[in-house]
Amino acid sequence: VTAPLARTGAQAAVRADASLPGTADVVVVGAGVVGAACAYYAARAGLRVAVLDRGAVAGGTSSSGEGNLLVSDKSPGPELELTQHSLGLWRELGSTLDTDRIELEPKGGLVVAATAAGLDALRELAVEQFTAGVDAVEVEPEDLPRYEPLIAADLAGGFHYPQDMQVQPMRAAAALLREAVRAHGASLHCGVTVTGVLRGGSGEVSGVSTSAGSLSARSVVNAAGTWAASVAELAGVTLPIAPRRGFILVTQPLPLADGQPPIRHKVYSAEYVANVASDSGDLQTSAVVEGTRAGTVLIGASRERVGFDRRLSLPVLSRLAAQAVALFPFLADVSAIRAYRGFRPYSPDHLPVIGADPRVPGLLHACGHEGAGIGLAPATGQLIAAALTGTSAPVDVHPFRPERFS
Amino acid sequence: MNSLDYNGRRVPVRPDQTVAAALWAAGVRDWRRTRFAGRPRGLFCGIGACYDCLVTIDGVPDQRACLAPAVPGTVVSGPASPNQPAPSSAPDTAADVVVVGAGPAGLAAAAEAALARRRVLLLDSAPRAGGQFWRHRAADRGAGGHGHRHWRLFESLLSIVEERVTYRPASTVWLAQAGADGFTLHTTTGRVDAARVVLATGAYDRAVPFPGWDLPGVVTPGGAQSLLKGSGVAVGQRVVVAGAGPFLLPVAVGLAEAGVRVAGVFEAGDPARYLRHPAALRGAAGKLGEAAEYAARLARYRIPYRTRHAVVTAAGDGRVSQVEVARLTPDGALAGAPLLRVECDALAVGYGFTANLELAVALGCALRRSVDSGVSVAVDTDGRTSIAGVYAAGEVTGVGGADLAVVEGRLAGAAAAASLAPSAAPPSREYARLRSRAAALRAFADAMHTVHAPPVAWLQGLREQTLVCRCEEVEFAAVHEAVAEYGATDVRAVRGLARPGMGWCQGRICGYATAVLTAHLCGRALTESDLAAFAGRPFAAPVRLADLAAADPAVAADSAVADPQAGRTA
Repeated sequence: VTAPLARTGAQAAVRADASLPGTADVVVVGAGVVGAACAYYAARAGLRVAVLDRGAVAGGTSSSGEGNLLVSDKSPGPELELTQHSLGLWRELGSTLDTDRIELEPKGGLVVAATAAGLDALRELAVEQFTAGVDAVEVEPEDLPRYEPLIAADLAGGFHYPQDMQVQPMRAAAALLREAVRAHGASLHCGVTVTGVLRGGSGEVSGVSTSAGSLSARSVVNAAGTWAASVAELAGVTLPIAPRRGFILVTQPLPLADGQPPIRHKVYSAEYVANVASDSGDLQTSAVVEGTRAGTVLIGASRERVGFDRRLSLPVLSRLAAQAVALFPFLADVSAIRAYRGFRPYSPDHLPVIGADPRVPGLLHACGHEGAGIGLAPATGQLIAAALTGTSAPVDVHPFRPERFS
Repeated sequence: MNSLDYNGRRVPVRPDQTVAAALWAAGVRDWRRTRFAGRPRGLFCGIGACYDCLVTIDGVPDQRACLAPAVPGTVVSGPASPNQPAPSSAPDTAADVVVVGAGPAGLAAAAEAALARRRVLLLDSAPRAGGQFWRHRAADRGAGGHGHRHWRLFESLLSIVEERVTYRPASTVWLAQAGADGFTLHTTTGRVDAARVVLATGAYDRAVPFPGWDLPGVVTPGGAQSLLKGSGVAVGQRVVVAGAGPFLLPVAVGLAEAGVRVAGVFEAGDPARYLRHPAALRGAAGKLGEAAEYAARLARYRIPYRTRHAVVTAAGDGRVSQVEVARLTPDGALAGAPLLRVECDALAVGYGFTANLELAVALGCALRRSVDSGVSVAVDTDGRTSIAGVYAAGEVTGVGGADLAVVEGRLAGAAAAASLAPSAAPPSREYARLRSRAAALRAFADAMHTVHAPPVAWLQGLREQTLVCRCEEVEFAAVHEAVAEYGATDVRAVRGLARPGMGWCQGRICGYATAVLTAHLCGRALTESDLAAFAGRPFAAPVRLADLAAADPAVAADSAVADPQAGRTA
């Protein structure tokens, strides 16, 4: 019999405590998945990195999503290009971090349309995506059950996207941080609030002040997700990142059927693509249904801009349930055991903000990924590391430049 | 045919039995397997909190066997079978005062508000009123209560309720929402609109993990009590009762009176320490008499009673057959290796109670740390919560026993009723007396919690593979890893990284242990926010997606038109 409690506290491999180092090359504000990726790639490039978060690891939007790594919902353009690069990095990270531990599953996506018109729109998108290098296979209505045996019977058809993947976002973020700390010497400090960005004589970043003292650093990376606007403000710049609320229903754990989960892909309806790209602040919902390793089914997705309102909305949950049942009739008799909400970091042009901010030398941003942050995190981290070390970026960063809103 | 069919086997059914009790009486100790390691699961909490006992009844899967009445002729099976539509719900309704929970506090609150001439609706998830304290069989009514305490009070409260209150048994609230001018409770029997809400949702036994605690035959004291009082079934032939708190005594005595050999009562606390709280004892003299009475009955049945002792392991092949008992230091730590091995076929173990807080949290009520190492709803002397129009009474405001719950229920029911007609002032002298009675009982409860605090010994006894979360089969090693390897610093992060509390029971059982472990592993003191991390549950009970879809009228109407599937799945 071991005495596991003997090996705790100070011997922890990841010291998530408040004692800050005096200096670092880079301070990353935010221990969500994007901050974790920035820390990982920067530390791997040889920089001394300190990650600060006012809460716990992956406690913000990273803990409130489904862990989508999707190409299927993106039209050709800078975001798709960044995603394709990023999904390649996730596959690499899978072997570094252990795919099982982070529950990285190349499960593929299935997008379905209820009507012929909806299917036409999907087909148009798939053709565009195909020319941009996305694999998309049209699935005839009679073949849908081969992909999803329990799907509704009267759909017009759909498309299968084998490149779509899923990951457990909290475990992925924590594993990235662990690797940054263990293998590359970064330090992680949770429960530490950044209260100011320190500036030198010519306005350049010289460190941060925090609830646990100050820390000098040449660079500060704003990876504060939905709260990035207030961190930018500490450095005296504006960044139009706002919350876009979403709810997710979690069902009871379902048993395997013939050794397979009852829902095998990420399955969503055609309207989801339009909702993701929409600028409206009003409530939009579309069915997004997928299983998890734990046996539960996650049901999304809603989008509405209502600030940081944490109240549960029955109309939203009710709609999500109805849409999921329409897609998978067997879910009618399955119980929801939980619901949670999160706040996506919405940027006005739906593109993330990545790179050095020319307004404040030493300030970089890695935020505004809206609902795609889990998927885009590794590429974002790599771009930030490239900017910090002055090396060339693997993809064109111009569309993501922070000053584009001013 | 007074039997039900369990996997092709005939199981006799007696009046008033739950499905769990009928199975238990037939010698069945487990009827389901966990989905990862295939661990056997049967009855544990016995009162609807743990979801261990899920069964399929007449094709309807995932019913709690401890709540479902055993109906002769039904077909019960362990694993889920094809789905069947659930029964339809009662019509929507509205009331001035809606009381949730028909235990001592809820009955008193409902009666008081009804006597003040308000329209009162009483909701209860159990099929029969009385809560855990007055859990009974139908035949007990009018028959002197078969040893139930304060039985006449129960019968008089119930007769007021039956006369003046709309009472909906077997009705579980799954979502509570505050609206612009009142509250809406969505229940398994339809929607209820309320001008005032009194939460009397009670508490369930607090369990801590130890090696073997999920073996069939290991139950909570409340589980053993509910089998006996509710269904007339003894939990075993030779039973060990262990844990902390005065509740162990009636459980042990009740079993002995039913002919069970109680192999020992192991109390972690040291009751001699009551003497450190003389003022609290003076204010509640009746409590001492009660304790003396139980001590005499323990002696009469020759039940060994050891204080500062704890059961540290349970072992057996497929079901519990032996427990190990260790002595504790005055601080509740292990005083050494286990010194006793006790043979038994059931263990009833629990360390106090955890309040059912989810409805209070859903309505926005502030919580407070309570003396019993838990959290409870913050209330004033008349049961007002921090949310105008929401009242709370009984164990949910801090565990204090049935006497206190009745007093608190009366005060809360009166305050809720009076708030609807402020001009009709309540008889102030009577309520002043009740308030001072409540204060005295609360002082005694606080002393009780100090004496019977959950000991830290369980932390020392954990092994790498000991389950912390029974639903998701999360081992201690995984919780440890979340903190030590993945940098989790709070309960929420531990939950997200290692999944304790993510299963059917949503942390009702493992929430306390996970909170204590997280604080301990992080090397810091336990905080209110650790303890409260599992208190909020957006869904207070699982809800079928079809019912959820139908709960919003606009969505229901919409999807009936737009969704060609609706007709097929309804």
